[in-house]
Amino acid sequence: MTTAIETKEVIMTEESPANTETILSIEGIRKTYASNENSYEALKGIDIAIQEGQFVAITGESGSGKTTLLSILGAISPPDSGRLIVDGIDVYNLGQEMAADFRREYLGFVFQQFHLIPYLTALENVMLPLCIIKMPASEKNEMAIEALGRVGLSEKGHRLPTELSGGEQQRVAIARALVNEPPIVLADEPTGNLDTKTGNEVFSLFERLNKAGQTVILVTHNTELAQRTGRIIRMKDGLIESDTIR
Amino acid sequence: MKLSSISLGNIRRRLGKTFMLVSGLSIGVAMVVAMIGITSEMQRDLDRKLDEFGANIVITPRSESLSLSYGGVSVSDASLDVEELRQQDIELINNIENNKNISAIAPKVMGAYKRGERSLLLVGVDFTSEFKLKKWWRLEGVENAIPGYTESPSTGPGDVVLGHNAALTLTVKTGDKLTLGGTEYSVKGVLMENASQDDYAVFMALPEAQKLLGKEGKISMIEVSALCADCPIEDIVAQISAGLPHAKVSAVRQAMTLKMETISQIVRFSVAVSVVVLAIGALIVFVSMMSSVGERTKEIGVLRAIGFRQTHIIKVILLEAFVVSLMSGLLGWAIGSASTIVLAPQLMGIKGLHLDPAMLAAATALAVLIGMGSSIYPAIKASRLDPVEALRYI
Repeated sequence: MTTAIETKEVIMTEESPANTETILSIEGIRKTYASNENSYEALKGIDIAIQEGQFVAITGESGSGKTTLLSILGAISPPDSGRLIVDGIDVYNLGQEMAADFRREYLGFVFQQFHLIPYLTALENVMLPLCIIKMPASEKNEMAIEALGRVGLSEKGHRLPTELSGGEQQRVAIARALVNEPPIVLADEPTGNLDTKTGNEVFSLFERLNKAGQTVILVTHNTELAQRTGRIIRMKDGLIESDTIR
Repeated sequence: MKLSSISLGNIRRRLGKTFMLVSGLSIGVAMVVAMIGITSEMQRDLDRKLDEFGANIVITPRSESLSLSYGGVSVSDASLDVEELRQQDIELINNIENNKNISAIAPKVMGAYKRGERSLLLVGVDFTSEFKLKKWWRLEGVENAIPGYTESPSTGPGDVVLGHNAALTLTVKTGDKLTLGGTEYSVKGVLMENASQDDYAVFMALPEAQKLLGKEGKISMIEVSALCADCPIEDIVAQISAGLPHAKVSAVRQAMTLKMETISQIVRFSVAVSVVVLAIGALIVFVSMMSSVGERTKEIGVLRAIGFRQTHIIKVILLEAFVVSLMSGLLGWAIGSASTIVLAPQLMGIKGLHLDPAMLAAATALAVLIGMGSSIYPAIKASRLDPVEALRYI
């Protein structure tokens, strides 16, 4: 398996339309959470195919199964049944360690609460996915600086997360998700912890990335923002209620 | 940016907790270092004292038929088959490979001497060596200048020292004269009763006894005190036996056994205390690392989500434990050594303690072993954290 870092070059251009090649698909995904007495079926058989370069918003009410779906797409929560195929790889057939390698090479994660490591500087946080890859330190540094540049934080690489605003922290988190140039970026409510203005700025960042050809899948409650994506998958009670490609 | 940056960063972030952890573990290491330092020195001190306390090797002529005896050596005229030792044998003993371990050589000639109707046990000795060897000897009416050690009285040709019962039988006391073989001898001292053959003996200088007994140049037995802290007594016995094939060389087992038992008791005690202290240290590290892992659930979950393998997480945690343990080992050694050097002479009267580089290596290795050993379970637990746990906080 060749790494995304070796083969993919993201060029930020104004127009970079999605092609029709399926990069990610799920087939017959089911997931049930069981406690001692109760069980809850979060996903009841989902099939989705996402094309390379698509900007997908997964929306729905709380408990509709959207976060469970994103966890499964992120290769961190095995489904009870069904398959996740990315770039021809049956992800949940990989072992634990191979799955970790897969996540590092194919996926970038952006979380609602940023989840930056508090004792590392912005630049070090961005460099995190690279610190387990064998490559010269100078190259890692260059890649991290470039990623920070893409989110407009070149000057703030030396700052600790506590010295950054919420919007800046989320932009550092986005730079971390992009630094090793993964084919797919997954974001769970990336603007949920930000005010409207900052949320818009961060969302614009995702739009620019998508225009540059990056596949972006995000979960959001915000229907206004979802309308700005190219595809809206609406979840309800563990099923897809609607799937609109615009 | 390396994995170590994460470990070191977390140590820096948790400075207070790191300080407590290093303090706890280093106190444990310091206690063990101090205990080992003191017990080792006690052991060496005991070795020295026990080695000096009486002979631990006895050299006698080869003989099967002994009757009237002193220290297992026949003094009866009947044992004519005994081939006596010779004066030059003392030189041979002085020339063995481990001669530096020999602290005293006490040659003796002995025999039954007829004085009128009575037979006396006459023993020719080197008074200086004899008094050095027999630290339990006390002279009647003489206060020891050094506690526990009786100086040899100033003796020369014509002087004798009598055993307690011999003095009673001959009705003489210190300062009296005693005539033996037509020569008048001055009684320089009378030994206090010590319930041994010494009570019945008349001690005089070796050459004079050899002359009176008609054994010029001959030795009946030689007692040797060897310092055996750093060499097995069997080696010295073998070396003397090789030099003196006509002699029977025996190690005095009782003293050796007693010494070994005493030392082994001290060592067992020190090991037991060390194990308890180190177990407490291990527990401190374990609890602290478990707490650290608990606090970092989200962080570890995120690391797993962005592609860290389980082995990467284990490395991060163990590296952190390694750094903390290394610091604790170095600090513990410094505290332990300093307190041993400063306190031990005052509390226990032990002198001669010094900094031991081998102990530094052992202390740091031990601390690292305990620190990392106690962190294995927390590290594995951390590596198995479900990345979904991190996402749950969203």
